[in-house]
Amino acid sequence: MTADTPAADRRTVIPLDPSLAPPGTRGFRDAGGIPADQWHADQNGETLVPTHCCFCGVQCGMYLRVDRGGKVFGVEPRNHDINRMRLCPKGINAYQQVNHPDRLTAPLMRRSRDEDFQEVSWDEALDFTVSEIKRIQLAHGNDAFGLLGGASLFSEKTYLVGKFARVALKSRHVDYNGRLCMVSAAGANKLAFGIDRAGNPFSDILLTDCLLIAGSNLGECFPVMTQYVWGARDRGASLIVVDPRETAIARTADIHVALKPGTDSAFFNSVLHVVVEEGLTDTAYLAAHTTGWDEVRAKAAEYPPARAAEICGIPAEQIVQVARTFARAPKAMAWHARGIEHHSQGVENCLSVINLCAATGHIGKPGAGYGTITGQGNGQGGREHGQKSDLLPGGRSIMNEEHRRQICEIWGIEEAELPPAGTSMMEMVWQMQRREIRGLIGICNNPFVSLPNYQVVKEGYDATEFHAQFDFFLSETAANAHVVFPVTTWAEDEGVMANAEARVVKHNKAQDPPPGVRTDTWVMCELARRLGAGDKFAFADSREVFDELRIASAGTVNDYYGITYERLEETGGIVWPCPSTDHPGTPRLFEDGKTYHPDGKIHMQAVEWHVPMDPYDDEHPMSLTTGRTVAHFLSGNQTRRLGALVEQTPRPWAEIHPSHGFRNGEPVRVVTRRGSEVFPALVTEAIRPDTVFIPYHWPVPTAANALTIDALDPRSKIPEYKVCACRIEHAAAIDEVPAPPVAPGHVAYPETQVSRTDPLPPTAPQGRGTSERS
Amino acid sequence: MMGRTIFIDPGRCIGCQACVSACRECDSHRGKSMIHLDYTDEGQSVASLPTVCMHCEDPVAPCAEVCPADAILITADGVVQQADTTRCIGCANCVNACPFGVPKIDLQAKLQMKCNLCYDRTAYGLAPMCATVCPTGALFYGTIEELRAERPGVQVADTFVFGETEVRTGVAMVVPAEKVQWPVPGGLPVVEINGKDVRR
Ligand code: SF4
Ligand code: SF4
Repeated sequence: MTADTPAADRRTVIPLDPSLAPPGTRGFRDAGGIPADQWHADQNGETLVPTHCCFCGVQCGMYLRVDRGGKVFGVEPRNHDINRMRLCPKGINAYQQVNHPDRLTAPLMRRSRDEDFQEVSWDEALDFTVSEIKRIQLAHGNDAFGLLGGASLFSEKTYLVGKFARVALKSRHVDYNGRLCMVSAAGANKLAFGIDRAGNPFSDILLTDCLLIAGSNLGECFPVMTQYVWGARDRGASLIVVDPRETAIARTADIHVALKPGTDSAFFNSVLHVVVEEGLTDTAYLAAHTTGWDEVRAKAAEYPPARAAEICGIPAEQIVQVARTFARAPKAMAWHARGIEHHSQGVENCLSVINLCAATGHIGKPGAGYGTITGQGNGQGGREHGQKSDLLPGGRSIMNEEHRRQICEIWGIEEAELPPAGTSMMEMVWQMQRREIRGLIGICNNPFVSLPNYQVVKEGYDATEFHAQFDFFLSETAANAHVVFPVTTWAEDEGVMANAEARVVKHNKAQDPPPGVRTDTWVMCELARRLGAGDKFAFADSREVFDELRIASAGTVNDYYGITYERLEETGGIVWPCPSTDHPGTPRLFEDGKTYHPDGKIHMQAVEWHVPMDPYDDEHPMSLTTGRTVAHFLSGNQTRRLGALVEQTPRPWAEIHPSHGFRNGEPVRVVTRRGSEVFPALVTEAIRPDTVFIPYHWPVPTAANALTIDALDPRSKIPEYKVCACRIEHAAAIDEVPAPPVAPGHVAYPETQVSRTDPLPPTAPQGRGTSERS
Repeated sequence: MMGRTIFIDPGRCIGCQACVSACRECDSHRGKSMIHLDYTDEGQSVASLPTVCMHCEDPVAPCAEVCPADAILITADGVVQQADTTRCIGCANCVNACPFGVPKIDLQAKLQMKCNLCYDRTAYGLAPMCATVCPTGALFYGTIEELRAERPGVQVADTFVFGETEVRTGVAMVVPAEKVQWPVPGGLPVVEINGKDVRR
């Protein structure tokens, strides 16, 4: 394989029309374009460093404002193609974490969990970690030590995580928290199309005639994407939203399908049933470009609207209406997110959406296609280069002989040395509980808040003999560790991320890390050196890692070879596959009607709906579903420390329908088979009477994930966060929200403490109205 | 009508409060937000509505008219500035006079603060912070022509009635296209309630 062989050249690549800017953004001036002496702030010697937001999969462009002393002190909107200066509250406040008083600035260490953390030197922390790795591996084998990465890391670092586990630790056990994010969509896309990414860029939304959003609270989770939705609406596009709650985006939809959690594939099968019955399929497209249609059609025939209406708890006419609106539209698109992916049938749910797009021929055209929206900034890029337990760089399979050989050649190791596939993140925790995994390093993740069934997670981590974490704040998980390495924020290093469109963007360094803080790259290379694998980890910085990553991806479907730092800076982002340095990238897939399977066809798969894993009974008759709020990011380790965001949403709540007789703000106990917690009730008609919603960004005793079930999708191994059986009861008092942990010697940051003790939910969090004014 | 100004479209607002956070970042009142985000129909709907200073034109800025210290100045292009810190005595007359409930008083500093349409930014051709970041375009900065080019057929109102008094503003609000557009009562784009015309 030579890196210059352009594998994807058989495709015609049509670059996007640059005039396709989201509405309302054309007249904007960008402060970066104003000469320094003409903008007053610059008279203070301020510089603007172009970069991107560290949070969600939209990856909005922004400038970090840097003062004369080289410190980040503010944010300025940036006219980047993705967001055209728009930002959500997380993006606006993100800069505040860079020089936050809670930042970890020295390695923390303790020899047992009974001791308190001590600040120690880097040498001491690294030596202790290496000696513990060696001790555990000598006694229990290499696989007794595991590594868990994160999808908020730059791609260079995720590449290093995969390489470090296999080459330095020589362990099969590596996985990452993107496992909790969009792996269901990844699995479905790979099965159907042979490529794991969204088919269309965001700007295609502006061209569509019908937009279907399934399981995405787009307005709160990916706020900046809504400008594309409004742009489509201005052109007259219809909007269909499938969500148990009336979210801000559902409020304005032509059709809001408020189905019962966990019934998505029954719904989509039924929509397909109607499409077939009414002769709305694109038969020519099906014949030319798909396989498996007969089985899919036969399965869909088992879901007439009357049956699906009963399963989903919605009117049958709505199913007919959705089918007609989507199939008759000249161009239609489907975007989905965790709402349909976080299920024990997450892969099937995504496949049922793909079936609908394929059957109606809405694939691979401007304004027609599918997409999945990543929760974490690098949810897309984070799994492409070998951080996932079953993947090698370039999306290669670790089970495939040929792929193993290729990577061993690049890494300079013997094939026999490369471990086989490991297990998924939740399975690793179960293995920790069973003491099969006895040591663990976590990088950029916070499973104590983000994994389901908190009790099991705590037991698993408590059972480890050695646990180290890399982080820049002391997360709830890091507070359980033996060693905590203080590492850089996104503003203190450079690297790339791939957003939900698979557009690779470059983050730039805005300031030097505080003294005592090192990059994750440095720590991994240093650990590898002390483990005796230094020659395989002789990387000085991200740029050197990226150059190896490019070569390691060359010739694969996830081809990054043609992407260089210089090109990214020039273009503002390149969408992979990009096989050569003069290749423009591939924003839209399948324009020539060919997928990435050898036969070039879409492999449609019949999907059977089954009941969720946690069954309803008389004691647990309702559905609990979880999700995000616009002010917070994932486990909240970062955003729960920023004053403005804490003030905006100080605590979680339980959203319930007025029919249960609760008053707004009253304590409501939510009980599942895993446990119970008490939240203030947020009483609103914007939710189904049989459903309870709790946002998940907080730790116990206000953690939605103390209640959710650790059942997994058999194929993607994603946990079933979005549905479990529950009941609600009156309670005496509301559980207090604990403050985020801080390192010894740091005092709790006063700005974030103010509203934390307030027992009431915010009057109307993010526009979700309550039935009474408080 | 007006030149470059803010147009508020409550129909697009997702209540994300990016505008509130962005307003805090504006250099003219750094650390404090001058935007109110209201929820119009709590418990029934998730609808929300941002309020920025409406920069009243006729009668000219009630807040400025009642200021005993002449601290609130109005620029030639109609921007009602926040109180001049060297003059403001923190009496809160402006708070009481404003029909839209916009000015705020910092009780400790005894100073008034309000949205001044990001004068520090607009003077250099930048849009105000809130309208720049608003992810949905619920806050739009530009001319009416630019707005109409983006949103064909959009109807806006810049005249509001409060009882007997009519106020014409420099900031405009998008009203439902099928409704008669002005004057609208109470600062809200409502022209009828329960089938009754409430404009008179
Ligand atoms: S969190 Fe997402 S939508 Fe918000 S500014 Fe960051 S990238 Fe943009
Ligand atoms: S930023 Fe825009 S969408 Fe968000 S609350 Fe403010 S006006 Fe509404």
